[in-house]
Amino acid sequence: MLHTFFSDLYHTFSFYIFCNFESITILKEMHELSIALGIVKIAEDETKKANAKKVSKIELEIGVLAGVEIDSLNFVWSSAVEETVLEHAEKEIIVIEGKGKCIDCDTEFYMENIYDCCPKCGSNFKGILKGKELKVKSLEVI
Amino acid sequence: MCGTCGCGSDSNGPVISKPRENEHVHLHSHDEHHHNHHSRSHHEHHHDGHSHAHPEHTHTHNSHSHDHKHKVLEIEQDILQNNQILAARNRGYFEAKNIFALNLVSSPGSGKTSLLERTLADLKDEIPFYVIEGDQQTLNDANRIDALKIPVVQINTGKGCHLESDMVYDAVKELEMKDNSILMIENVGNLVCPSMFDLGESKRVVIISTTEGEDKPIKYPDMFHTSDICIINKIDLLPYVNIDVQKLKDYALQVNPKLKFFEVSATNGDGMDAWYKWLKSIK
Ligand SMILES: Nc1nc2c(ncn2[C@@H]2O[C@H](COP(=O)(O)OP(=O)(O)OP(=O)(O)O)[C@@H](O)[C@H]2O)c(=O)[nH]1
Ligand SMILES: [Mg+2]
Ligand SMILES: [Zn+2]
Repeated sequence: MLHTFFSDLYHTFSFYIFCNFESITILKEMHELSIALGIVKIAEDETKKANAKKVSKIELEIGVLAGVEIDSLNFVWSSAVEETVLEHAEKEIIVIEGKGKCIDCDTEFYMENIYDCCPKCGSNFKGILKGKELKVKSLEVI
Repeated sequence: MCGTCGCGSDSNGPVISKPRENEHVHLHSHDEHHHNHHSRSHHEHHHDGHSHAHPEHTHTHNSHSHDHKHKVLEIEQDILQNNQILAARNRGYFEAKNIFALNLVSSPGSGKTSLLERTLADLKDEIPFYVIEGDQQTLNDANRIDALKIPVVQINTGKGCHLESDMVYDAVKELEMKDNSILMIENVGNLVCPSMFDLGESKRVVIISTTEGEDKPIKYPDMFHTSDICIINKIDLLPYVNIDVQKLKDYALQVNPKLKFFEVSATNGDGMDAWYKWLKSIK
């Protein structure tokens, strides 16, 4: 099972595995690949709806708490968009900072990780105000 | 051949099958690879249409300006929206039938199938169960469940590293579930990707085994953040592994203070009673 799993990955990212044998990193790339394919689907659908031929620019909004590594997304991007409407599109990623509000003391604070606690009272209970965004904001089509 | 994953045939999309049946269903409509092939032909088709409709474009570069009108579409679309819509549809179906659906997630080998096997064997006379198994390849896990005479469907995701709500929707159609039952969905062994994909489950259960190290929750925070229950499995191995269970729990609570824990051994049955009590209480 594990063997098949890695041999599949091997075909997908063989060159990458040579550089980095840490399985976890490869898994993360797989994760961003599925996100990239989701973006491609949206772009294909919207371009078709607008009777356009291709996308010249795409704007993405990604929150730092969304669970997507921007480096990994950039890494898989070119293979994901190959031969799609996004192939030659300029990509702009707007990174949204993370912000939470403590449930115990109402303090609002910036967050880098989903597990950051309240800097004032140390509570782990918080509401996330922003940083979970994962959106295609706009498409410039031709 | 698919440029993204190197797949050469249609057999790489998700496939749904049942043990002891030779038929299986390829999911054509929603899977990404199919979509990718599809979009490719769409693209080419457009290109053809383009050159037929505007033959002058191929002759002169001056027509460039009239042809290439830029238009900005402010779509503001959530990338996971498609999955979320289908998840909501599943959830509505489960609620209408009073089916309690659990999405079991963990790293490969933490003991999801073992936990299911013991739970189903012990409770099947009291609670009607159904199981959906998710793996990249093989019917092995579905066969283990089938051996207990529990209705089960296997989803093989091929290259896919997580289940998505449309696969569950299609698998559910194969199960013909009775009302007032529990549906166990064993996700693909992977602590990263499944966290982002709501399947329409009532509760998400993350399983971590004592051999995995106590800092897993902060290394993979998204999975622990989105789960409701955390099962710590393989507690029979505690004498042999160097792990501080309290520290593991503290890390998990730091990520998600609402997590509820069960400490079990799926192989010798220790701690399973508390888990059973919880399962019966939600029924
Ligand atoms: N000692 C011990 N071993 C266990 C326990 N639970 C599972 N195992 C063993 O761990 C291995 C993996 O168990 P599975 O139940 O197949 O794990 P899984 O999470 O379903 O694995 P995948 O479906 O491949 O992701 C098997 O060899 C099990 O016998 C436990 O409580 N104690
Ligand atoms: Mg399993
Ligand atoms: Zn506080």
